[in-house]
Amino acid sequence: MSAVRTLVALLRDPERAGAIDPAHWTEVLAVARAETLAGTLAYRLAGLALPGGVVGALAEARIDAAEARRTALWEANRVALALRPLEHPVILLKGTAFVAAGLAAGQGRGIGDCDILLPRPLLDHAEKLLVDAGWEWMKSDPYDDLYYRQWMHELPPLVHGERGRMVDVHHTILPLTARPTPDAQALIDDAEVLDGGLAVLCHTDMIVHAAAHLLADGELAGGLRNLWDIHALIEEKGMVGLEARAAHHGLSSAVDRALRLTHALYGTTVPARWQRLTMIDRLYRCRMMARDGWGRERYKALRTVSYIRSHLIRMPLPMLIRHLWIKWRKAKAASGSG
Amino acid sequence: MRVGPVGFRIGSDWHAPIAALDALYRDYPRPEFADYSVRLEAVSPWRRRVRPSVRVAGDYWLPDASPLPLAQGVLAAEMGMNLQVALGHRRHLLLHAAVVARGDRAILMSGVSGAGKSTLALMLSQRGWRFLGDEFAMIDPDTGLAHPFPRPVSLKNESLSLIPKGYRTGPLLTGTPKGDVRNVAPPAAAIAAMDEPARPALLIFPRFGFPSALSGLAPTETFMRLTQASTNYVAMGEAGFRALTRLRAQVPAVALDYPDGEAGVAAVEALWEAL
Repeated sequence: MSAVRTLVALLRDPERAGAIDPAHWTEVLAVARAETLAGTLAYRLAGLALPGGVVGALAEARIDAAEARRTALWEANRVALALRPLEHPVILLKGTAFVAAGLAAGQGRGIGDCDILLPRPLLDHAEKLLVDAGWEWMKSDPYDDLYYRQWMHELPPLVHGERGRMVDVHHTILPLTARPTPDAQALIDDAEVLDGGLAVLCHTDMIVHAAAHLLADGELAGGLRNLWDIHALIEEKGMVGLEARAAHHGLSSAVDRALRLTHALYGTTVPARWQRLTMIDRLYRCRMMARDGWGRERYKALRTVSYIRSHLIRMPLPMLIRHLWIKWRKAKAASGSG
Repeated sequence: MRVGPVGFRIGSDWHAPIAALDALYRDYPRPEFADYSVRLEAVSPWRRRVRPSVRVAGDYWLPDASPLPLAQGVLAAEMGMNLQVALGHRRHLLLHAAVVARGDRAILMSGVSGAGKSTLALMLSQRGWRFLGDEFAMIDPDTGLAHPFPRPVSLKNESLSLIPKGYRTGPLLTGTPKGDVRNVAPPAAAIAAMDEPARPALLIFPRFGFPSALSGLAPTETFMRLTQASTNYVAMGEAGFRALTRLRAQVPAVALDYPDGEAGVAAVEALWEAL
């Protein structure tokens, strides 16, 4: 069995760990790291009898995850402090939200940027407050900056000058250029307030967001991790009201596909209508599992198709052509001058 | 191969670097399970044959690392292994330090590249000291013991003439980013004893090329130097802090300037005698 299949099988059914030989463990670990699932795997396998070296490597992944959690919570705390004058809770998204809310989806999860959601009218003020509190714009050119402000669902990323951590301030969960237009106001209205000026999306919105992020806004790289988020959210708190919520946000097809995929890969408990993959689903699955035993990406053609698709679903074709033309000319100018 | 507590799997688009590593690491065990994978990849398909150029990849990698010519493949692999440990290892507190031991008590010699710690460790290894490593001291956060990580020593430029007779060496690599480099395998006895930790007894911050000078270090100064010398102090969280404060509290620390290798060795041994 390929290492990536073994990884998925282990996440689904940890008891299979006893049957894996040491050389294959090396591959499984390389793939798990490439998919940022090593911490999740380590938590899933905790307490099982495994070869000594593997136990050590998994312990390491747990240390990393604990540190990621601590750092993410501290960063959320700092962001909330900086944004206190807004008098609006800072709605955490993705990994930071999972650990702040104490969800199973956060166990062992790697967490990169601090992603937050705020009402769009507050964004200008939020940006000013963050800059006053030590966050800085990354070096970007005027086109990128304008593009972000006009078309993206978030501010250009800000990095804290001392801590080096990035904050992404969103006002909705998909780019404005994408066809589905989620109801940002509903996301904000139904958010669940935590302590410390923080909040998280309600349970169904968390799943909708994870599905949108996985299937309507990206290249599917790292998809196994995003899909695991969905699996863990559903296994912990079910999926009551999910269908209606997905329809409300115009994201039914992304959520449906995510449900079919997460059932097929991780055995998530879903009703029968999501228990069969379509032909297209199978291509997605193939793309998500395209890694060899060294953790390298495989199937270049499929990746290229996925890359093109990721752009097509993010914006209409004429706009995409203009965007890529500008990007290409800039890349050419940069290589010419460099 | 396994070095101390860490197993590496090295893959390469070419045969030559693997053969060179196989010879250099002849005395190390070949475990079935490897903690980290390192890959030596052609920067593009045609650069596998035409002016072959090696990019270091692996479980952990840096986005802006510059590629090396194939002739320096061993160096690329060594860099890759260092990178995996520096970025991935969390079981031990890592300090940039060379470590030698007498019996079960160890000297940690910590310094920036060029401070002479590799050369000192290699010279001491010829004088009855056990070589535990010249790159990372691995401190167990639970016990405070230093675990051996006896990788081959990489000697550079003027120190190349100091390679002792009878030591196994890799190919001479000329024109690398660090100048001329040659890897020297530690004595087989040091490799055979690489599962035996030692208790840190002395901490030295050496500086090569200065008039002989010795000064004690205030605890606060030692602490600051150790945090700078560690690649994973922050990432280990509280365990890292505890390991570092214990080391600082229990082990005397000195700053040692020395003009040449002979004087350095003599000063280290005099410090040891005076403990």
